[in-house]
Amino acid sequence: MFFLKENYSHPAFKVGVRDISSAAPGIAAWGMMIGVAMIQSGMNVFDSVLMTLIVFAGSSQLAAIPLLAAGAPLWVVWATAFCVNLRFVVFSAHLRPYMMSWPRWQRLIAAYLTADLSYVQFVRRYESPAQDLSGRQSEQAYLAGNCFLNWSSWMVASLIGIALAHYIPPDWGLGFAGVLALVGVTCSLASSSLKRISCVVGGIVSVLFFALPLRLNILIAITCSVVVCLGFEVLYNRYQRKEAL
Amino acid sequence: MTEFWHIICILGLALITLITRSFFFISERQWELPPLVQRGLQFAPIAALSAVIIPEIFMFHSQFVPPLTNARIYAALGGTLYFVLRKGQGQVVLGTIVFGMAIYLPLHLGLGWN
Repeated sequence: MFFLKENYSHPAFKVGVRDISSAAPGIAAWGMMIGVAMIQSGMNVFDSVLMTLIVFAGSSQLAAIPLLAAGAPLWVVWATAFCVNLRFVVFSAHLRPYMMSWPRWQRLIAAYLTADLSYVQFVRRYESPAQDLSGRQSEQAYLAGNCFLNWSSWMVASLIGIALAHYIPPDWGLGFAGVLALVGVTCSLASSSLKRISCVVGGIVSVLFFALPLRLNILIAITCSVVVCLGFEVLYNRYQRKEAL
Repeated sequence: MTEFWHIICILGLALITLITRSFFFISERQWELPPLVQRGLQFAPIAALSAVIIPEIFMFHSQFVPPLTNARIYAALGGTLYFVLRKGQGQVVLGTIVFGMAIYLPLHLGLGWN
């Protein structure tokens, strides 16, 4: 990962840093709001710092914080966090062919550090896994650089949020900058009509199923989008074959 | 005083982050995704982002916010417009954030819109 020389001295490392740098202020704003939310929900400073440093997953933290504060049973907190994180299971299926050639410990560290935006930017930059060694090195270095800046801006901002929690009123809505960062990245992904369809379907389905617990709406939205887009692709290919005949 | 179970709980949450993010490559066993699934996964990233942000924009505390006085809709539209006009070149995500916040903050703090 980013502490390996072969990664941070590789030119692709800088490309990874540059790609995420544009979204970093949004990541930082969101991280800061999570720091604030932990303290304001009544968690003590030690717990909040520990959670920031080792959990490193904004949405599952956000889901776990009120449960922790309310003294919910351990398994409820864990089950909630697991379900909120289910989208990462989908991402890991996508990343598998890229990563299987790496040693296991590097795979695990890389996966642990790969949050939503790093995954999204990585598979956009490398649409299919490299077949040769130099390609794989470049992928690894890119991901390391991207995760490095994502992780550090998140950590610094979250810790600042914990320190300044009593001075930042949550109703200022600074956390919305994080949503806007995601809006920008979503725009940069909308590179084909099928991907734009995937975006629209995902948004609508997610709102329709919003009432479901454990943010399962996100998982249902991803599934629906993938199925609908594959369906369109099959229809389109069939139509084209007919044209060719 | 930090309670012991809080620490156990937080350690468990960290483990959950690790397990979910590495789910399909913890094991070394050889297997491949069916090609159809593999192809379908290219639509997953944008669907996931959209599934996260659309409710954040249109809803507040699980309620649908009337769109006309929803500052976040105008901010998101403004940010998207900025992105399109810049044709996605340069530090455009940063511009999307700055431009969107410049619309959001006056409407939200000044007019008290959601």
